[in-house]
Amino acid sequence: MKAIYKRELSSYFNNMIAPVCIAFLLAVVGLYFMVYNLYNGYPSFANALSASLFIFLVVIPILTMRSMAEDRRSRTDQLLLTAPITVTKMVLGKFFALLTVYAIPCVLFCFCPVIIKLASGSSGQVSWATDYATLLAFFLLGALYLSIGLLISSTTESQILSAVGTFAALFILYMWSSIVNFLPTNAIGNLAATIFLLALACLLLDSLTASPRITAGVGIVGLAAIVITYVVDSSLYESLLVNVLGQFSVSEVISSFASDELFDVAGLLLYVSLTALCLFLTVQVIQRRRWN
Amino acid sequence: MIELRNLVKRYGSHLAVDHLNLTIEEGKIYGFLGPNGAGKSTTMNMMTGYLSPTEGEIIINGHDILEEPEEAKKCIGYLPEQPPVYMDMTVTEYLNFCAGLKNVPKDKRGAQIESVIHMTRLDGVEGRLIHNLSKGYRQRVGLAQAILGFPPIIILDEPTVGLDPKQIIEIRDLIRQLSDKHLVILSSHILSEVQEICDQIIIISHGKLIANDSADHLEAHLRGSAVLRLVLQADAEDTEDLLNLVSDITIQQLTENDDDTTTALVEMEPGTDPRADIFFAFARAKKPILEMTIQTASLEEVFLELTEGDSAAPAVPEADTAAPEPEETSEEGGTD
Repeated sequence: MKAIYKRELSSYFNNMIAPVCIAFLLAVVGLYFMVYNLYNGYPSFANALSASLFIFLVVIPILTMRSMAEDRRSRTDQLLLTAPITVTKMVLGKFFALLTVYAIPCVLFCFCPVIIKLASGSSGQVSWATDYATLLAFFLLGALYLSIGLLISSTTESQILSAVGTFAALFILYMWSSIVNFLPTNAIGNLAATIFLLALACLLLDSLTASPRITAGVGIVGLAAIVITYVVDSSLYESLLVNVLGQFSVSEVISSFASDELFDVAGLLLYVSLTALCLFLTVQVIQRRRWN
Repeated sequence: MIELRNLVKRYGSHLAVDHLNLTIEEGKIYGFLGPNGAGKSTTMNMMTGYLSPTEGEIIINGHDILEEPEEAKKCIGYLPEQPPVYMDMTVTEYLNFCAGLKNVPKDKRGAQIESVIHMTRLDGVEGRLIHNLSKGYRQRVGLAQAILGFPPIIILDEPTVGLDPKQIIEIRDLIRQLSDKHLVILSSHILSEVQEICDQIIIISHGKLIANDSADHLEAHLRGSAVLRLVLQADAEDTEDLLNLVSDITIQQLTENDDDTTTALVEMEPGTDPRADIFFAFARAKKPILEMTIQTASLEEVFLELTEGDSAAPAVPEADTAAPEPEETSEEGGTD
C-alpha cells in the first residue's frame, strides 16, 4: 500500500496535475476569501468556503480521472493485480494519495482565519470554532467526492469518460436539494419511484454478485414489502422520497456548519460512511472485472 | 510447482480455455506454444491471478490462487504481453516501486535492483524515463520487474516480441541462466524460439491442451513416417520396378523430370533403414542415384499438424498431460 501511495503521489506532482489543481483551489477560495473577508470585512471564513463549493466540480474530476482508468489503459493494472497485495490495499493507496494532494490546500486554508484576525486588528471578532469546523466538513466533503471520482474512474478505461462521469455525478450532488424538490409528493407517485429505486438496487446487486437467485430473492421480498406497506397505510408514502433522499443532500451539511453554526455530527458521519461505501464499491468493481 | 485442474475460462459464450489439466514441475523451462488466440495469455493471466477462472483450480506451490492470493502471488514473477511499465518513471524509480510492491526487504532492495539491472543489461539507462526508452528496452524493464525479488516461478508472456535478433539472443541466454534456480514458463507463437529454449513444450489450440512433451519426443513422434527423397537417372517405369525389389518401403510419388531423371518419394517403415538396399538395387541395374535425403518432420510440421487438425483427438501420446486423478477432477468440474 505504501509503495502505491508513494508512486501515485509522485506521479500527481510529476504530471503537474496536483500543482495545477492545488493552485486552482487556492485561487478560487482565495478570491472568495479576499472579496468576503478582506474587502468587505465579513469575519467568517466559513462563508467563503461554503460559497466556493462549486470548485469541486472542476478540480475533483481532473484529479481522479487518471487514478484507475490510466492503469487499465496502459496495462499497469496487470502489475498491481498480480503483485502480492490485496485490491483493498491498492484502492486505499490510491485514495490516500489523492487525499494527500487535496489536504495540501486545506492545510493552507487553516491560515485564513488567522489572517482575518490579524487584518481586523484587536477589535476584530473571529469565530474560530465555526471556521475550523467548516474547514473539517469541507475536507471530508472533498474526500467523499474523491472517492466518487475513484469509483467512476475504476469503471472505465478512458480518462475523458471518467472525468465527464465524475462531473455529472458531482453536479447532481451539488444540485441535490433543488432536484429533490421536484420529486412527487403524492403517495402513488412515491410508490412508483420506490419500485424504480428497488429495480436500480437489484441491477447493482446483480452486477456485483452475478447471482440471479440473490437478486430475484431481494427483488421479490422488497417488492412484497413495498406493496404490503402501501396497502396497509398509504399515507406512509406521502413525501417519502423527498424526506429520505433529502437526507443525502451532502452540500447542505456545509451550509448548516457555515450559516447555522451547527456542528452537524450526523452530516460528517454521512460523509465518512458514503466515502467508505464508494471505496468498497471500487474494490468490488475491480474484483468483479476479473470474473468477466 | 503449478497445478492447473480442469481450468475453464469463458468470455460470455466464447470458450477461451477449455478444461485444461496440467502439472508444471520445477527444474525445466516450459514453453506454451499455440497460434494467436489459442488461450496462452488467458491461461497465464489466470495462473498469475489477474483473471479468475470460470471453473477449476490453480495451485501455485501448494497455495490456491483464489483462496490464498497473496501467498500464491509471492511465488510468481510475471511479465505480461505488454510490459506493465509506468511511462512517467525512471527505470530505477520503477524497479524501486516494484520492489516495494513485492515486499522485498528494504536493506536488500538496492543490491537486488542493481543485480537485476545488470542481468537484463539495463546498465546505462537506469536514470532515464521509461517513456523515452525503445520497445526493446521497455521489454527488458518489464523482464527486470518479473525477476525482481527472485520468485521461484517466473512467467513470461511472449518475452522476445519486438526485440532485435541480438536482444533476442541475450534474453534467451538470460532465461537459460534463470532456469538454474527458477521454474520458467514462457509463451510464444514462434516455434523455433520454443524449440531453442524450452525443455518441455505445451501446445495449446482453441483453449485445449494438444500436446505436452519434450521437444525431442514431439519430433520423434512424426519421424515414424519419415520420407526418403531420391533423384535417379532412370525413367519412372524402371524406378518403380527397382524400388519394388526393396522391402520395407512404400512408393508415395514418382515424377519424371525434364532432364531424364526421376524424383521418387518413398515412405520408410518405422525403425528400418532401407537406404543400403536401395543403393545396391540401383547399382546392380547400373542406374545412378543422384540424390538421396531423409525428410524428417520438423517441429514446425508437428505443430501445424496438431493445431490445424482443429480440435481433433490429441495426436501425441500424452504421458504427462493427464491429471493425477482425471475422473475425480472431471466430476468436480461437473458439480461446480
